[in-house]
Amino acid sequence: MTKGPTLIASNTVGSGGVASVTFSSIPATYTDLLLKASINSVNSPYLQFNGSSSGYSEKLLYGNGASTSSASASGSYFNWAINGYPTANDFASNDIYIPNYASSNYKSLSSDNVQEGNTSLVSLDLDACLWSNTAAITSISVSGNGANINQYSTFYLYGISNS
Amino acid sequence: MADTTPQAVEVNCETGEVITRDLTAEEIAANEKAAADFAAKAKADADAKAAADAAKASAQAKLAALGLTAAEVAALVG
Repeated sequence: MTKGPTLIASNTVGSGGVASVTFSSIPATYTDLLLKASINSVNSPYLQFNGSSSGYSEKLLYGNGASTSSASASGSYFNWAINGYPTANDFASNDIYIPNYASSNYKSLSSDNVQEGNTSLVSLDLDACLWSNTAAITSISVSGNGANINQYSTFYLYGISNS
Repeated sequence: MADTTPQAVEVNCETGEVITRDLTAEEIAANEKAAADFAAKAKADADAKAAADAAKASAQAKLAALGLTAAEVAALVG
């Protein structure tokens, strides 16, 4: 097997947008996963694994060039791990790295995402995330959080192998 | 009339099949709750920021009234 990243699947959102994008039946044949997403959405999207709504906690470091802050949260999804850009024709860029996604341990992952719309809204988020669940990750869902993920948003799921 | 039911995309990584389907009634309810929660949080965040901005402006005005220069006020409150 190549070490990758190897593209597993991708999706580009079509006309009209969608409420969510899900990668299902993710094979357990890789060591790590990498999700790269470019998103336009009015509401801040969120991320879930295996359709589960529990066990998510995250710590955020945020900066916008003028100020910095940090925060912690836990709940039914990862909210800061993935971001969208809320105005037309601009997209937030997201990289989410999920090591050992098929292991029987809790899943720790990292995320960096930026919003840069050539406007006053510019930000960089670094997020440390923990999914307290021992199940192998077999599906990843990104929800628009009550609004659509808009047309031309893109999602690429890669697998990385250590052998 | 155009179908306005929110839709979900599912990409099967084993088969490559892409299914675009309408949200179920349960998913629509969850989606509507998420939208309401998001709006409520956005309002709470905006209210908190407005309150913090007002407190900062009040502090700056009180410090200026005590005789601090603008540079001194900025050094303390920003």
